[in-house]
Amino acid sequence: MAQLFPKWTNKLPKQVQLLSILGLTAVVFFFWYFGSPKYLEVGYAPVQPIPFSHQLHAGQLGLDCRYCHGSVEISSAAGVPSTQTCMTCHEYIATDSEKLQPLRDSWESGLPVEWIRVHKLPEHSYFNHSVHVNVGIGCATCHGRIDHMEVVMKSEPMSMGWCLDCHNHPEQYIRPVEEVFNMAYEQPPNQYEFGKMLVAKKNVAGPIYCNACHR
Amino acid sequence: MSQTTGQVTEQPLFDGNHSFGSITRLISDIPQQETPKWWYIAFGISNLLMGLLIAMLVYLIWEGTGVWGLNNPVGWGWAIVNFVWWVGIGHAGTLISAILFLFRQGWRTAINRFAEAMTIFAVMCAGIFPAVHVGRIWVIYYVFPLPNSMQMWPNFSSPLLWDVFAVGTYFTVSTLFWFVGLVPDLATMRDKVKGKLAKSLYGFFALGWTGGNRSWQNYEKAYMLLAGLATPLVLSVHTIVSFDFAVSVIPGWHTTIFPPYFVAGAIFSGFAMVMTLMLIARKIYGLEDIMNIKVIEKMNIIILVTGWMVGFAYIMEFFIAWYSGVEYEKFAFINRAFGPYAWAYWIMMTCNVITPNFFWFKRFRTSITMSFILSIIVNIGMWFERFVITVTSLAQDFVPAAWGYYSPTWVDILTYVGTFGLFFTFFLLFLRFLPMVAIAEVKMELPQAKVEYYANGNSDKDSANN
Repeated sequence: MAQLFPKWTNKLPKQVQLLSILGLTAVVFFFWYFGSPKYLEVGYAPVQPIPFSHQLHAGQLGLDCRYCHGSVEISSAAGVPSTQTCMTCHEYIATDSEKLQPLRDSWESGLPVEWIRVHKLPEHSYFNHSVHVNVGIGCATCHGRIDHMEVVMKSEPMSMGWCLDCHNHPEQYIRPVEEVFNMAYEQPPNQYEFGKMLVAKKNVAGPIYCNACHR
Repeated sequence: MSQTTGQVTEQPLFDGNHSFGSITRLISDIPQQETPKWWYIAFGISNLLMGLLIAMLVYLIWEGTGVWGLNNPVGWGWAIVNFVWWVGIGHAGTLISAILFLFRQGWRTAINRFAEAMTIFAVMCAGIFPAVHVGRIWVIYYVFPLPNSMQMWPNFSSPLLWDVFAVGTYFTVSTLFWFVGLVPDLATMRDKVKGKLAKSLYGFFALGWTGGNRSWQNYEKAYMLLAGLATPLVLSVHTIVSFDFAVSVIPGWHTTIFPPYFVAGAIFSGFAMVMTLMLIARKIYGLEDIMNIKVIEKMNIIILVTGWMVGFAYIMEFFIAWYSGVEYEKFAFINRAFGPYAWAYWIMMTCNVITPNFFWFKRFRTSITMSFILSIIVNIGMWFERFVITVTSLAQDFVPAAWGYYSPTWVDILTYVGTFGLFFTFFLLFLRFLPMVAIAEVKMELPQAKVEYYANGNSDKDSANN
């Protein structure tokens, strides 16, 4: 009887096995790497209706974060400044700037400026700014060096795993409460011991049960 | 030959005084014949029912699990009942193919291929229910330990996760076992069929089987190893399915008797299902010589034994409920028998505990009509067993104010009906295209495969005509 299959088919089972293992690994890797917020979301910097520069306001002029994001210490939301907040200065400064036209329109019409949200958490996760800043998690730890940014950019993935990194090991990230709004703060060389001390002092226990964030 | 006079000659297992060649022809001719008309009709109906299943599943996923009758306090309804029922049915196949193989029960060869195919298709039907029951099926991959940016890991302390792995392993090993057993017969088909496409397809899956010494050695080693692997699975899969219930603290579920009770029930229902299907197939395909009355009788004995194991468990549950002194446990069982679901309880008791007793009598054990009717009754009873366990404990639990009465919706019912479409679609394809009896294994059980046969002065029947 003539052979049904050519000789190379002898290798087929091994090739299929190898390819399916490699293929499966590749699929898992693809979604793990290219599907992660670290790949997809870090670097998100939308064009805002007003080209507001944090570098100018928070960096050069040295405005405190809380001047505009006023509820950060007392509320879950840090708060986006209202037109009125901007106008406390801009009623007098750069009053004829073309870039500020949307702000003046808002001031006249009473409708808010439509800022585009950069740091957007899913609706099924509950986050509280005040809890974090009051125990010593600095603004820059999660938002990066905002005072260097011409356009605000998302600098951390803000994935669940990223949150849990700190909730599991807060001593690696914590700083003294009075340094929270200091953008230029640098960790001391003995951060581990120092962090442990701060964690003990503030009695920090980042919750890792589901219900802490998914209420 | 005076030295052989003291020897007791065994009754041959199979009827019809078959030779090696006639066995091959009997079985391998079936897929080669023209497709019978009834097959097209049955396949058409099965396809329609499978379409119904798909429609129901799409509707469920589109609308959410609210389209099922589930609500507080009954969060587990028909979906889990059907899951346990279908998985249970699968168990007979593995028991027949693995455990009976290790115990050298030759009669298993009459039905093992058939029963294993049933196992695989039943587990496929079963798997659908927990998969769609999760609600958000598009994140079902959460059950697998995959790296992800959420640092989420499956909850290994949950019996529901054990279930995923238990059923997954079971399906994989059963399929492998079935396939390895098929290889020599696929080679037979490859050598018999005429068409080029059919030849290539059978040949592809025959993996280059030569029928030589080395092929057989490898085959028997692999078969033995897989039988060894599958044997603990017969016990472990339904044990873990029972953990879904037993590990929780609901009265009526939280009992140590559950694992053996579930396994016995699974084999009970599985054998009944094999019986139902086999009695139809042997008639249609004229396989009465192989799937003969001796095989049917042995299967009925297993149904009787496992039926009594299940019956013993039912009675023991009541005894323990009383003996434990726990009032919630006592209530759960009195409520089962006399509460709002008493109708289901007594259907279960009648079908599972009373009907198998007919098989004490040889007249009924060897009656084909009786076997057929009772096998169907047993499967109805076993469905109700799962219904009683799942629903009664949930509907009336600790807080009387929260009690409720569960009824399925039309979606529940049609989904269940649809799974039969899936099952029979695959089963009919199996009957049409694959040798439904293990040709090679049946031949090993023929008298002329044994040395004693020749010691008694017989000669090889095949040498004349093959």
